Amino acid sequence: MLAFAIYLSFAGALVMALLPKGRPALARWLALAVAVAGLAVAVAGFIAGMGQGRIVLVDVPWVPSMGIHFLLAADGISRVLVLLTGLAAVAGVLFSWNIELRTNEFFAFFLALIGGVYGVFLSFDLFLLFVFYEIAIVPKYFLIAIWGSTRREYAAMKLAIYSFAGSAMVLIGLLAAYTTAGSQSTGLVELARAGLPVSFQMWCFPLVFTGFAILAGMWPFHTWAPTGHVAAPTGASMLLAGVVMKLGAYGCLRVGIALFPHGLDPWGFSFAGIGSWRDVFAVLAVIGIVYGALVALAQTDFKFVIGYSSVSHMGFVLLGLMTLNQIGMTGAVLQMFSHGIIAGLLFAIAGRIVYDRTHTRQLAELEKMHLSRRLPFAAWAFVIAGLASIGMPGFSGFWAEMQVLVGAWMVNPWWTVAAGVGIVVGVAYIWRALQKVFFSDLLPSARELEQGHELAAITWPEVTGVVLLAGASLAVGLWPRILLDTIEPAVRTLLAGGVQ
Amino acid sequence: MSGFPILTLLTVLPLAGAAIALFSGRHARGVALITTGACLALALVVWTEWSQLPVIGGYGFIEQHAWAPSLGIQYHLGVDGLGALMLLLSAIVTLMSVDAAHRVHHQPGLYFALVLTLEAGLFGSFTALNFFHWFLFWELSLIPAFFLIKLWGGARRGPAATQFFIYTMAGSAALLVAFLAVFVSTGSMDFPHLTLLALTGELEQMVTARLGPVMIWLAIGVLAGFAVKVPMIPFHTWLPAAYAEAPSPVTMLLTGAMSKMGVYGLLRIALPLFGHQIAQMRTPLLVLAVATVVMGAWAAAAQKDLKRIFAYSSVNHLGYCLLAIFALAVPAAGAAAVTSQAMALNGVILQMFNHGITAAALFWFVAMIQTRTGGHRGIDQFGGLRKPAPVLAGLMGIALFSSLGLPGLNGFPGEFLIFRGVFPLAWVAATVSILGLLVTAVVILTVIQKVFWGPVAEHCVNFPDLHHGERLALAPVIALMLLVGLVPSLIVSSVNPTVMNLLAHWRF
Amino acid sequence: MNYPEFYSALFRVTLPETALELAALLVLIVDLGFLRKAALKVRVTVAALLGVAGCGAALWTLQLQAQGGLSFNGTGEILLASGGSAQVAQSGILILTALTLLLLIDSVFTKHVGEYVAVVLMAATGGLLIAAAQDLLVIFIGLELLSLGLYILTAFAKSSAKSAEAAMKYYLFGGMAAAFLLFGFSYLYGITGSTNLNQIFAALAVSENVSHPLLIVAVVLIFAGLGFKVAAVPFHLWAPDTYEGAPAPAAAFIASVSKVASFALLLSIGFASSHIFIPQLAGAAWSAQLNAGIGAGSGFGISWDVIVFVAALLSMVVGNLAALAQVSVRRLLAYSAIAHAGYLLLGIPTNNYEVALRLSFTSSGRATGAVLFYVLTYGLTTIGAFGVVGVVERATGSDRLDSFLGLHKRNPVLAAVLLVLFLSLAGIPPLAGFWAKFNLFAAVLGVSAGPVPFILVALAVAFSAVSLYYYLQVLKRAYVMPAIDETPIKAHPVTLTVLVLIAATVVLLGCFPALLQGWIEGLCPIS
Repeated sequence: MLAFAIYLSFAGALVMALLPKGRPALARWLALAVAVAGLAVAVAGFIAGMGQGRIVLVDVPWVPSMGIHFLLAADGISRVLVLLTGLAAVAGVLFSWNIELRTNEFFAFFLALIGGVYGVFLSFDLFLLFVFYEIAIVPKYFLIAIWGSTRREYAAMKLAIYSFAGSAMVLIGLLAAYTTAGSQSTGLVELARAGLPVSFQMWCFPLVFTGFAILAGMWPFHTWAPTGHVAAPTGASMLLAGVVMKLGAYGCLRVGIALFPHGLDPWGFSFAGIGSWRDVFAVLAVIGIVYGALVALAQTDFKFVIGYSSVSHMGFVLLGLMTLNQIGMTGAVLQMFSHGIIAGLLFAIAGRIVYDRTHTRQLAELEKMHLSRRLPFAAWAFVIAGLASIGMPGFSGFWAEMQVLVGAWMVNPWWTVAAGVGIVVGVAYIWRALQKVFFSDLLPSARELEQGHELAAITWPEVTGVVLLAGASLAVGLWPRILLDTIEPAVRTLLAGGVQ
Repeated sequence: MSGFPILTLLTVLPLAGAAIALFSGRHARGVALITTGACLALALVVWTEWSQLPVIGGYGFIEQHAWAPSLGIQYHLGVDGLGALMLLLSAIVTLMSVDAAHRVHHQPGLYFALVLTLEAGLFGSFTALNFFHWFLFWELSLIPAFFLIKLWGGARRGPAATQFFIYTMAGSAALLVAFLAVFVSTGSMDFPHLTLLALTGELEQMVTARLGPVMIWLAIGVLAGFAVKVPMIPFHTWLPAAYAEAPSPVTMLLTGAMSKMGVYGLLRIALPLFGHQIAQMRTPLLVLAVATVVMGAWAAAAQKDLKRIFAYSSVNHLGYCLLAIFALAVPAAGAAAVTSQAMALNGVILQMFNHGITAAALFWFVAMIQTRTGGHRGIDQFGGLRKPAPVLAGLMGIALFSSLGLPGLNGFPGEFLIFRGVFPLAWVAATVSILGLLVTAVVILTVIQKVFWGPVAEHCVNFPDLHHGERLALAPVIALMLLVGLVPSLIVSSVNPTVMNLLAHWRF
Repeated sequence: MNYPEFYSALFRVTLPETALELAALLVLIVDLGFLRKAALKVRVTVAALLGVAGCGAALWTLQLQAQGGLSFNGTGEILLASGGSAQVAQSGILILTALTLLLLIDSVFTKHVGEYVAVVLMAATGGLLIAAAQDLLVIFIGLELLSLGLYILTAFAKSSAKSAEAAMKYYLFGGMAAAFLLFGFSYLYGITGSTNLNQIFAALAVSENVSHPLLIVAVVLIFAGLGFKVAAVPFHLWAPDTYEGAPAPAAAFIASVSKVASFALLLSIGFASSHIFIPQLAGAAWSAQLNAGIGAGSGFGISWDVIVFVAALLSMVVGNLAALAQVSVRRLLAYSAIAHAGYLLLGIPTNNYEVALRLSFTSSGRATGAVLFYVLTYGLTTIGAFGVVGVVERATGSDRLDSFLGLHKRNPVLAAVLLVLFLSLAGIPPLAGFWAKFNLFAAVLGVSAGPVPFILVALAVAFSAVSLYYYLQVLKRAYVMPAIDETPIKAHPVTLTVLVLIAATVVLLGCFPALLQGWIEGLCPIS
């Protein structure tokens, strides 16, 4: 049933590409219909799967001689992330309602990207997962290169090459694991049980993990992310920061940790307190959290603040994964969902609501525009999004970050302390952005009062999108069990040593 | 123990009202009045029902559900006498605040929505029995307060709001860190449970076992968080600016209810859990409390702006609460000491209630004066108001005398009990604090003299007196002041069992 | 020697070649005899269709071939193989030839259409021979037949100076390469006394021949000749010029058919060379042999494999890095061809080794299937690519990157085809190129553990990632950057249909690789 999310998205993309040009309304509504259908499927699948473990959706032999199957299945983690994708897709379409240039192609690439993302989250065959992972790269390139803004061609190419390089690393690891396990099968479950030798896992794990972590924005391979997100059109940056970065983290979990668990074992020697790949990646994650936050604090471009904040928040996900305990990893998965929603909301506000109207993202210029008066909806939406981003209780981010912090504390209190610093800086840069963009105290110049051009009114898709995303974050923030009840058993099973 | 989730209702009602008010435009004040009125009714119900309930473990109206079990977080609400009184206070003060805000021209819908959200935050934090829930509402009240100052405040509202926000946030951060440490050590975030652990000394053992000798730092963190809110010297510097720049109805809320969150927190969290640590630091804490009392009064004397006078006076009045709280913390108290402790604690609770009402009323009067004189509120800008506005003078006089602590008015019983209780426990501190009383008296009398007596200032000749609506609105408040002042046992008798229960659970 | 028997067997085995030759003659006759007065368009169409029909007939006769191939003298020495990898390669050659002929329609670079088609068919015959050849002299004949045809085809655009220059370079270079090859062959004959591949290697396995000093010379010379054919570094210098100068259909033919034929030949040689390993090996690891230098592994086997791996590596590096700097799409395709040859060459020694490991001649290794799949789909994709380039060139007059600007507006179908084909070349799923690479790399890695295969695959994957950059440059022009000239580009319906079919096949094979893979494995079973 969940598999239909994939099929619908790709079918939608194909139909979209064949639609007659010159009728953007048709394209928009079709895209919305497909996205909503995908969300409906995701919700239905989520509810149907409550209380169940891994459910196999489709299992068809694909290339039998090599043991490759078209195997789609979903466990708790997949279901949550599919739900995220559904929400992000609908919101993304809503916030792209005003695209006039080559609308068909935009939504065709958009839906293809969504289809690829759904595919990754639902694949339980490593080859299939990789195929969907790579499929997602090309639409990203075109979305940024054609409809983006600042330095879009450069940003698009950088993003594409970084992603491709990351997936090249994953491919090497995939091939190595497949052949080392006897070239029998590429199923995740089978490979996890294949008993790959520890020495093999020791080098294959960092290779695969790094390959995926590049897409997750791990420091120091994160530089594509702020550039790419800023250059991308709103709908694309919502997807990129919201969902695509989570593909990387998901790969780290589902492939890296699940298939090569012994890669995280201690090396037997330690250097400056680092004695295993786990320590290495945890430290990199923590650096990412703090570095991302500090750099965000120093930005002069509104969207860059949010771009770097994404790097910082993804650091939490990676840190949570490296805790290797129930609470930390649950927090990591919850953070994937939570940040996906929140990042989408932040980019929507910065891009669609503010930039499309004011045509500037420079904080110094926005300061003079008194947006709290002229765009009150945006101001309050940003207040809510900002509160969610800093981890205010009542929103989803609080639970996620709290669990990651607690989980990290159980392994190494210093990680928690450093991450806590990141949270504090997070408050600072959100505060700064809020002050400068919306609630600045500068008096308008006389010239401005004269000109004071009217800003376009808020449209219904924007309102719907904000309500959808903010509502999702709030709902999870107030009743975290709706997701935790699904995530916790799945994490428990994964930790118990099976990808079952 | 009622099966009906009255506390949840009480917390949700203002939020619902806020949602409606947001879109009500000009009618937002009406919506807010109705909502706060309903909340007051509910709070009264809670108060009266509670005092008739048998005391089961101290708490009534308990609601308990699992929220995020893996993090030890429960949806756990309940009130004891202290909580119920605070609910009543919040409801009353908010109603007063909404009543006073009849001139919100700019975005009234948003204004009243924020006020109601703040009320929800107050209710939530006074009924919470689990740290997470409590912290959620603690923070929830901060956001509307910030925006209320920032968007409707006076000329220098920007820096005032910023300072307010940053200080309180920093305090909250300290609280959060401390509680995380507690959670990591004990796996629980539940106040009653943690109180029991602390009583037997297990809490300290668990924390030390898990994290090392950090208990004292946790205590400091927690104290810091509350010290900012009350405020206690030297964390008070945000207060004068915030109180002055905020619109007066908002200041009513800030001083009437929000500052009580800090004291409440000390009573609900700091003393039960970290009593031993507080007892260890008793002397420096007493010094700070006394400083608060004295400096508050002294600074008030130096001000020229009515609002700032009352702001510092608030600092002073709450300083008495701090004094009593820290004086309480004597290890191994004998029977006589227990009596003193009970008296002091009763005094604190009573003072919280009374000061809330009185301070809110005072700022209400300031608001009225301000609107009548077009924004003037400097103490030297008035003179002889009792002639053109005798009713105003009379009613405000009552409020001012209550603030001074005149017997017969509600300001007296609280301070009396506090001093009665503190003297045997910490006579040096009590003696020095009397200075505060004296200076306060001077300040209040000066205000009365300069504003109401003396020759009538030129521009005050046509000063309109209180009109019918205002008299009607103020009458119950003044009546309450008199009532509580004359018959304090109305409150004390209901609160005393809680006090004894609390003391029984605190270990110093 | 039973000549009637022999010649009837020869006829049966060479039915496809005969069909092609007959078709070539028929085209010449029809064109020169009956269509002198007809319009160019008609002549082109008729010739091309006749050529396609010839290929079809040849394909059909492939099934009628006797299994096991043609042996000489009844001695068991196979001259021409049939079935197995030879059949796969020959089918591929015929289909690809037909496609290049279809692309000929609507081209205007020459009036000598009949001759062109005839030469193509004859060159294809040479390709068929190479794919099946098991004897040094037959190899050489086929190779020369193919090469001479290719030189002529390159020069066919008589009005273009580039065409003549390219053909000249190709010819001179190719002539030298052929000479080297023949020289190397002569040494092999000298050492072993036979021209039959199997017998040569069986003889080489004998200990006194194993470390014959002339053997290394022979190996180098032979690889020079064959490496030239596949455009491996350092014998690749002809490729950019030829790809740039030859007329588009000819370039398509060169890029696809000759590659298929050459790789089939390399597979045959490898297959035969497993003789050397088998008596001595019996389970010892190749790397152990490499280290110990013992047994028959040294001499031909080791040097051949080492040379091929080095050439593969250099090709990948040079091809990809040089392609980054190109502004002409044809030269870009040429360097990309060099890079792809590099990837393919990885499979050759792997194949040898795999076959040896399995200690059997009747089964192929996984690498055989992988190489064949790769080279067939690569050929298909390249033909499509040159088809698109041809159309754009005719419309805009140049093959620079900038002539592709705004293609998505000028001809959306063409742009879509270009997108599919280039992404397939880059190795993006779910397209055929991705599967081809994955399959090949899996085969290389699967052969043995150890650092060498792993490092090679890692490098191949890494450079494959680099290649995305230059393919995207073209796609960027087609889709992203604003057009200078927005007039629609018209393509002949047949051309467009062929291109769409090619693109569709690429997608189909990418999504369901088992279709082609299964057929190949059916013919080249893995034991």
